[in-house]
Amino acid sequence: MKKYTPYILLFVLIIFPLVVRNSYYQHLMILVLIWVVIGSGWNIIPGYTGQVSFGDAAFFGTGAYTAGLFASKLGMSAWWGMAFGGFAAMAIAFPFGWICFRLRGAYFALASLALNEVCRHVATVWESLTNGMVGILVMPTFVSKIPYYYVALSLAVFSIIFIQSVMKSRWGYYFLSIREDQDAAESLGIDTHYYKMISLNIAAFLTGITGSLFMNYMGFIDPEVVFSLHDISIMAILVGIVGGVGTIYGPVVGAFVMVAVHEFFRTGFLGFFKTLASVTGSDFVNTVAKYVSQAHVLGFGILVVLVILYLPNGIVGDWDKIIGIFTRFKRKGESS
Amino acid sequence: MDVFLQTLVAGILKGGLYSLIGIGMSLIMGVMGIINLAHGQLMMVAMYITFALHHFLGIDPYISLFIAMPALFLLGALIQKYTLNPLLEVESILPENQVLMTVGIGMVLTEIARFIFSSDYKSVKTSYSNATFFIGEISFSIALVIAFFIAVGFTLLMFWFLLKTDIGRSIRATAQDKDAALLMGVNSKRITTITFGLGSALVAAAGTLLIPIYYLFPDIGGPFTRKAFVITILGGLGSTVGAIFGGVTLGLAESFGATYIGMAYDDMIGLIIFILVLLFLPGGFKRLTKV
Repeated sequence: MKKYTPYILLFVLIIFPLVVRNSYYQHLMILVLIWVVIGSGWNIIPGYTGQVSFGDAAFFGTGAYTAGLFASKLGMSAWWGMAFGGFAAMAIAFPFGWICFRLRGAYFALASLALNEVCRHVATVWESLTNGMVGILVMPTFVSKIPYYYVALSLAVFSIIFIQSVMKSRWGYYFLSIREDQDAAESLGIDTHYYKMISLNIAAFLTGITGSLFMNYMGFIDPEVVFSLHDISIMAILVGIVGGVGTIYGPVVGAFVMVAVHEFFRTGFLGFFKTLASVTGSDFVNTVAKYVSQAHVLGFGILVVLVILYLPNGIVGDWDKIIGIFTRFKRKGESS
Repeated sequence: MDVFLQTLVAGILKGGLYSLIGIGMSLIMGVMGIINLAHGQLMMVAMYITFALHHFLGIDPYISLFIAMPALFLLGALIQKYTLNPLLEVESILPENQVLMTVGIGMVLTEIARFIFSSDYKSVKTSYSNATFFIGEISFSIALVIAFFIAVGFTLLMFWFLLKTDIGRSIRATAQDKDAALLMGVNSKRITTITFGLGSALVAAAGTLLIPIYYLFPDIGGPFTRKAFVITILGGLGSTVGAIFGGVTLGLAESFGATYIGMAYDDMIGLIIFILVLLFLPGGFKRLTKV
């Protein structure tokens, strides 16, 4: 059964937009697929190579701006970004990795955070190129969401197969050895700096392409959207750790959960507070509802704390533990 | 020449405050080996405490030092005891889960501040906020000068504490070799709790001293976390003496950058220094002085 699960999931995802015609749910599914790619990309660096990165938004934004600039400066289709966005992100990742992989662990994490901020500043200050805070607007190519859905789906499938094959290759073993013990890996003759660069560049490439897709799909970007620390970089980390770091399908599960949580907060617990406010007619509940709809970052923060404390390996990694809790309940219920 | 001297003075005064932020970070780094990515956010909490005390009760920011610092000591100690220490026993593939935890805590703190005080810019206006005095042609901001001397005072006090007291010695022992310290009978969990509290209290002092001359909003934590990081990289990892040099250097670089390059690049300058240090002086000032 376990062997066929990915194929069943893939089949369901392929027929999903043909069955569910509601464009809101299609939109959510596109977001989930986009996050699957970003999360899988992020997962390579900390999950397999053991270096925490906070800089995913830098690659994502670079990809998005590549697509946007093709449209706004060269007058070409923004879809060209899909071809070049990944390489543009690698062009950022390469010098960054070369300098900052001298740092280890938490220091590298903070350096990547700094990269994120530098990119946002550059995109904001360099107005002649990026229009600064005004952002770039691109006319969407398709009215329907279905083409975007399939592009996102093929990208997600590609990235998972790609990562899976990388991890089965020689590179994958080198990555894992660096994660387990960097000094030991080095003493065995593995060029750790080189392989960390490779893992960073794979992640940057995947994230950059996704950024270009995001530009094409959303039609509008500005530095605050695509270089956002909380909405992109931290979200990528959450997708990884909620699903499970170091697992192939962890980011898939994580993306579903995180988009659901995000929507849950944005709609005020699925309209619960709004209904409550209209029923009771109290101003207080109304204000609470307004706050709750903006509180997704708080929700994310609490989620980080709880997941790291109680599900350190994520939903996929700690699946047996979760099952264990439920079966124990059942057994208790039976015995009493 | 006057402009140059003026910039120099401003940089050194600002550097004193930055050192205070950096020392807190270095202490935590040295003892626990983790970077506290909620450092700026803790400072933000202290600034809001000071703001609230001034706004509602009319208490002077310098008096609220005595309230904000113990409060933040308690907050830091609680964070360490209930969220970071339990992680030592958690088995996980996730690298640096303590660091990620501090990020989560930072987010929670920022959002709680946003709930209570909204996203608006706040400031504490005191009689000495804009007051200055002159030596020759160079103007000194009174608030900044007071802040500088209090910062120096706290730094000296910190060193006395680390060098002379029993707990200070235990902290240094834990920083040098955790296992050996444990074998010598140092209660390392208690020490980490105290250290995190101390680091938070120091950054609280910096925040409180800064508030008469600065403004305040919930997202202010992020930039200061990054500044603290640049300072620790400059000074050398986990070196408290280095943090002082790092703080002053960053203060000077920022004020010279603001004068001669442009205000818009304020945040970039720290990052540029950071990259230059990594390229040409990996290990920071610690490597030059061997302290």
